[in-house]
Amino acid sequence: MKSLAELEEIRKKTLDQINLRTNSQDMRVVVGMATCGIAAGARPVMNAFVEELSKRNLSNVAVTMTGCIGICKLEPVVEIIDKDGGKVTYVKMTPEKVARVVAEHIVNGRVCAEYTIGEADK
Amino acid sequence: MRDLSLHLMDIIQNAITAKASKISILICADRESDLLEIAVKDNGIGMESDFLKDVANPFATTRDTRRIGLGIPLFEASANRASGELKVTSKKFVGTEVKANFKLSHIDRLPLGDLGQTMEGIILAWPDIEYDLTLDNKNVRFNFNSTDIKKRLGEVPITQFEVIKWIGEYVNDGVKTIFGGILYEILS
Repeated sequence: MKSLAELEEIRKKTLDQINLRTNSQDMRVVVGMATCGIAAGARPVMNAFVEELSKRNLSNVAVTMTGCIGICKLEPVVEIIDKDGGKVTYVKMTPEKVARVVAEHIVNGRVCAEYTIGEADK
Repeated sequence: MRDLSLHLMDIIQNAITAKASKISILICADRESDLLEIAVKDNGIGMESDFLKDVANPFATTRDTRRIGLGIPLFEASANRASGELKVTSKKFVGTEVKANFKLSHIDRLPLGDLGQTMEGIILAWPDIEYDLTLDNKNVRFNFNSTDIKKRLGEVPITQFEVIKWIGEYVNDGVKTIFGGILYEILS
């Protein structure tokens, strides 16, 4: 059972970490979460990002959501935006693919080309 | 939609699009009257009465990417399938309330689903909004309020991944406590 005491522990623990790092967000993960995205399974994809990023302690990455991007047939769609504004669009995402995108793209900077929108149309 | 928590996610986003700063969610299950009610109330910009009349029409939408919107019609269809109905009330500049009810024991009533995941996602994406979630089984209530949590957290942002994960588990514990044995899909 989760308790408020546990929340207090998390607060104390993370407070120390916050003091150690600068508050810059280097990357943004944006999950398309309109009716089309939700129906296609975007919510577990977003939660998989939270799970993977927190496992690796990557607090410089922000996870957020947006409405319909306009390519409903390719949902769940995820955009990864780096700090210079460069954007990679991944389509038909699943929680399994998320693990790879986090490890290869976010950690090591190598785009997972076969999951991108450019590959989907071929 | 596969479950009610996904519908909720969709409806809550409508409230956010309507510039709400506070969103209250009430889920009430009553075995005695065999009724499950879900209400999402916001203090957003509200709707004109002309738009409101037509709100369950899939071709009524405010968005500009295309001329259809399926959030409300799908939610209504899910309610209707379980002998329930959906009602939207709204007042311009005051806010909107979406209420759906379901026959609790109906074979086609969607399961509640992972409500914790819905709250995690919404709070992570829009942390500045106040969310108030109440679960009620007519005997006991569970309440989660994001502003209370923020007060407890002090300088630690609510979007911290550990906090977000705690919120999901806390909410799902609440679901189990309140709806275990009452909603048939959740064991007590």
